Parts: sequence; C-alpha cells; structure tokens
Amino acid sequence: MGDWTHKHLLDLQDVSREDIELVLDTARSFREVSEREVKKVPALRGRTVAMLFAEPSTRTRVSFELAAKRLSADTLSIQAAASSLTKGETILDTALNIQAMNVDLVVVRHQASGVPQMLAAGTKMAVVNAGDGCRAHPTQALLDMFTIREKLGRLDNVKVAIIGDILHSRVARSNIAGLTKMGAKVTVCGPSTLLPIGIEEMGVEAVYDINRALKDADVVMALRMQKERQQQSFLPSVAEYVREFCVTADRLKKARPGALVMHPGPTNRGIEIAAEVADGPQSVILEQVTNGIAIRMAVLYLLLGRKV
Amino acid sequence: MSILIINARVVNASGESAAACDIRIDNGRIERMAPQISRNGEQIIDAVGKLVLPGFIDLHVHLREPGREDKETIATGSQAAVKGGFTSIFCMPNTTPAIDTAQVVQYILDQARKVGLVNVYPVGAITKGRAGVEITEMMDLRRAGCLGLSDDGRGLMNAGLMRRALEYARMSGLLIMQHCEDETLSNKGAMNESAVSTLLGLKGDPLVSETVIIARDIELARYLSARVHFMHISSARSVELIRRAKAEGVPVTCEATPHHFALTEDLVKTFNTAAKVNPPLRGWDDVAAIRAGLKDGTIDCIATDHAPHTQEDKEVEFDAAPPGLIGLETAFGLVVKELVNPGILTMAQVVERMSGAPARIMGLESKGVIAAGKDADIVIVDMNREWTVSREDTVSKSKNSPFLGQRLQGRVVATICGGRVVYEE
Repeated sequence: MGDWTHKHLLDLQDVSREDIELVLDTARSFREVSEREVKKVPALRGRTVAMLFAEPSTRTRVSFELAAKRLSADTLSIQAAASSLTKGETILDTALNIQAMNVDLVVVRHQASGVPQMLAAGTKMAVVNAGDGCRAHPTQALLDMFTIREKLGRLDNVKVAIIGDILHSRVARSNIAGLTKMGAKVTVCGPSTLLPIGIEEMGVEAVYDINRALKDADVVMALRMQKERQQQSFLPSVAEYVREFCVTADRLKKARPGALVMHPGPTNRGIEIAAEVADGPQSVILEQVTNGIAIRMAVLYLLLGRKV
Repeated sequence: MSILIINARVVNASGESAAACDIRIDNGRIERMAPQISRNGEQIIDAVGKLVLPGFIDLHVHLREPGREDKETIATGSQAAVKGGFTSIFCMPNTTPAIDTAQVVQYILDQARKVGLVNVYPVGAITKGRAGVEITEMMDLRRAGCLGLSDDGRGLMNAGLMRRALEYARMSGLLIMQHCEDETLSNKGAMNESAVSTLLGLKGDPLVSETVIIARDIELARYLSARVHFMHISSARSVELIRRAKAEGVPVTCEATPHHFALTEDLVKTFNTAAKVNPPLRGWDDVAAIRAGLKDGTIDCIATDHAPHTQEDKEVEFDAAPPGLIGLETAFGLVVKELVNPGILTMAQVVERMSGAPARIMGLESKGVIAAGKDADIVIVDMNREWTVSREDTVSKSKNSPFLGQRLQGRVVATICGGRVVYEE
C-alpha cells in the first residue's frame, strides 16, 4: 500500500491514481466497522472534526459526521453565512475561529468554487472539500468509484455515462477527474446548454443523444436536474428535459445488461430518473449512501489518523 | 523655479534623439532644447545613463473619490501615478455619486489641484447615474472640463441610446469611451469562459460579451461618422474587428491594459482574487493578439484600468470579490519586461502607446511629446533597473496586484509635471 502524502483533500485533480487506490482500499477495510453491533473504532480518539457548511446539505453532512464518530473523533457542526456578501464575518474568519478552538480538520461545503483552497491556504487545519460551487466534490466521486469497483471488480476500461446538467455539477467534474485517472471511459450527455465549453479537454466524450451515451455503458449516472434551470433559459421546459434525457427503463436497455444505475442524490423521481429505475434491480443508489460513510472514514483516517 | 535636465537622451514617438541634449524648463513649459545650455541658477537634473520620455498619459484610472476613499483617494492615486511616470490621468466616473454632473467634475478638479501632483481629467458618465437610461448634460460636463464620457464598469447595451449618445457627444466635442460588455452575455461571469472555467467550476464570461458590443459600435461609428474609443479590449477577436474597421477608415480607437498583455486566465487556477478583473484575463492566443495589436498600432494605447480594492473587499470567495487590480506603479516595468525586452515594441513605440497616442485621442495638443513650447510633462526612466513588486513599495492605498513578488525591469526615477518635479526616487 502506498503512502498518503496530502494534507488536504480539495480536488481529485490534485491526487494520483495511487492516492485514489489507497483511499478505496482503506475504505474497504472500514466498511465492516459500520456493520458491527458496536460501530466504533478508536482510530481518531481525541481528534476534533468540524463541519463548516455554508450550503444546506443533509446527507453529506450526516455522512461525514457519522464517519468521524465511528472513528471516535469529536465533532461539531457550524452553519456558516451563505456568503461574505451577506454581511458579517467572512468564511475565512469563521474558519480561523474554529481553528482557535484547536480543531484538527474542517470539512467545508460552500456555494463558491475555490473556498476549500482559500481555507487550506489561510488556516493550519486539514481541509476536506465536501463540495464547492460547481467545482469539486471529491468524496462523492470517491464513493462512486468505490461502489463501481466493488460491483464490477475494476475501474479500468469501465464505460460510464453521466447524464444531465454537467455545467452546474461538481459531482460530474470530480467523477470525470477521478474516473479518467483510473482508466474508465466517460461519456457526458445533456442538453447542449448544460454541457460546458471545453469539457472534452477533461478527457471525456460529450454527446446530446442519450441513446448514444447509454449504448454499452457499464454505469449510468443520472444527475439532479434543478427546476430553476428553466427560468434561467437553459431549458425550454422540464417536460422536454424528461422526454429527451430522463433515464427510463426503456432507455436503460441500451446499456450493458446489468449496468449499474447511480445517482448522487437527492433524486427528482420522474425528472432525471424514472422511479422504476431508481428502485429497480440495477440501482445501487442506496449502496452509494452506505459506501459514503466508509469512504469518508478512510479520508478522515488518512488525513488525521496516522499522525498521532 | 526653472529646471535644467542635462545629458538627456530623449525618446519621442517619432524616434530616439541621436545625441544627448539639455532641456530647459520654465513656467511649466519646455523652453529650449539644445546640445549644451549654459546654466543660470536652475535646478539641475542629470539624466546621464537614463532615458527622458514624455510623461505617460493613462486614459483609464479609478481614483475612487468621491465615495470609496477607503480604496483610493485623489491624493494617493496621484502619488501612485507619478511614481509610475504618469503626468496625466483620466479618472472613471463609477464613483459615488457618479461623475454625471458639472458639480462632481468641479469637485474632482478642485481636489486634484489641491494635491497638485498630476493632471487629472475627470471622465463624465454617458448616462445619468451610469444607469443606461438617459444621457447626461454633456454640454455642461464639457464646460466643467470633461474631455471624454464613459459608463465604465457597465457597457452601454441599448443600441438606440448609444446612437443618440454618439450624436450628442459629437456636438459637445466629447469622446465616447465604451466599456465593451453585453451583460446579458457576461452574466456575472467570474472569469473567462473556457476549458479553464469549466475545470474550475467558475461561471464564465465569454469573449463575445465584448466583441458583440465592439462589432455593433463599429457599425454605429461608421454610420454616424462618429468617433468611438474602446476601452480595455481583451480578446484576439476584438483586435481583429478593430483592425478591419480601421483599415476601412472607421474612426475608432482602443486601449489595452498591461494585465491583458502580461497574464493569462491560468492565474485564476490559484483562486487569487487579485486575478479577478473585468474584462477577465483570457487565453494565451488572446495575449499574443493584444501584443501584436500593440505592435502594429491596431491598439492605439496602453491604459492601466487601475482599480484599487481594499483587502476586506478582495479577501472573500472568488465569486464574491469585486473585479479589478491596481496598475499605475507596475505599468512601465511590465511594458519593458513583456514588450520591449522581447523586441515587440521599440522605445519610440512605447512612447507612442503611452504618451503620443493618448494625447492625440483626447486632444491634448501640448502634451505627449518633448519639444520646445510643449508642456513640461516629462518622465525619466532607468531601463536597466530591476526591481521586485511588493506591498511595501506600493504607494496606492490598495495593494490588490497580481504582480506582487514579480521581478520587473525598467523603473521611473523622476517625474516632472507642469514644470515641477513631482516624484523623485
């Protein structure tokens, strides 16, 4: 097993294939902890982990919190101001206050891209990015890769189709960064207004036709489609989006038999994914949630645990 | 008191003088230039080993007064200007209140006179409150001392209103200086729209937000035979549009900033908010095109778009940070490093882009050249001096420069404005 050398986890762009493998392998050894009757190991006893969330999030925050607790870390959760613009203290100032309480690691979620970098540069704490703007959500991508690897036994040459609003998706960006590094073939598909300029330079194929994207796919990942995109004139209507891009049982037949269906949640059933698909036999959506805890335990452990 | 500059190797836009000469300055004007002038009790400035150039003229500066004196004042901005070798600066009207009445123009001129370092020319707003709805009282602004008008920070997007502004400005003898941005396209983008903005997950401002306004205004300028000056152009396509328009005889001029010929969007990858600017830093092809445009004269002049912001304003999320960076003190060093040293511009061309052309564009007939009878606005530079940009060395009230820590070459050693030494190292 390689050695973890990073102080922070900000973006999968910054880490190597070996780093990703190390996280996935470590997560596998932690998954069993959550299945015990006593779901706790003393790995991070005495360490403090703060959740600094400036954006509403239930599942990611809870997942990090459980991960930290199952490693015996003390945790606290802070709701930060949505933006430095909305008066009051800046996010950096909030973080410095947390640091002054001798917190070891801060998990940050913010609607502005680059905030985790700002905290990493401006504080002494380890920083884990739990989602910044449209930029990155590295632990989501890691848990997605973990789930794929567990189910299919590999990531190399796996064909992944990511469907939906790529432009605004940090999940898509982190998955693209991680999956391409691991040798997977990624196709992104969505309305032309929601495929960002230059996305091919991230090493993916971009198509508008969902049937083409799904053809022979090993993994189909649907992204959340926010209804506001209609008002912002990215879409003529949600109904047209559903007709063109909803992952339905019929369309899923184009993919490899037994292809995995994934979604980062929360799902808009009937919009980006049909209920029968989300609940169907190919869906691993809830396993993603379960694996999320193991991944986040691995990340916290690698960043903090071995320094004691 | 008179001044005698001895051993002056003068560079004008027309070329570098073959031999050094002496320059006698009296009553704010250049009285005489000759190989050797006998001394008569003047203050002597020995320029041996240096170059003597016409004072630089910056068509695009934000002095922030009135309204945001925490960022810059007419006093601190003037100090930064003379330290950078500028003797005339045009200050933009996005103040609070906007420079949209004669009273505000008068206030700025009074303050500038009290400071007494540099010629300050207030640029009036094209529309009242820069709101893009009704044109300002242009005749009144002209009488108060304006030479140009701009809604800087905001593009004039309404084509019909732009037409009326161009027509009315012609009568009032004012130059319309367009901030080229269609806000329906730039859409509050935080950086250039490109593969880099996609990678960083930042909202992109596409270069077409600039070029659609330039293309439209070229058509208006042609139709009305009216002059338009395009401010801080940033893209290769903008250079191309203006090059073609000029070849066809359309009366347009333009400026580019040092940061747009020195930096690319790659700097944003660090999320350093000093790299957030409007128009945004673009790709390498655009930087190369700006340099080529400066070389062939498609781009008439270099303007800094000096835009001071406090640490508090800039030390926030990239999305939330205001655009802009300071530029007065680093302009000349960047010109030498990025344009002169690589052989893109000769020193005569530098003088044309920083003094000759801006003087001509704004109708400053007694400026932009060193000759007997002209205003004694002069800068003396040491071409060999290397120096490092630092917060400590910066006299502007704000320190928001993406060049902090950079090594530059070429430094202003003395600035004379109106026959007085206003800066000496």
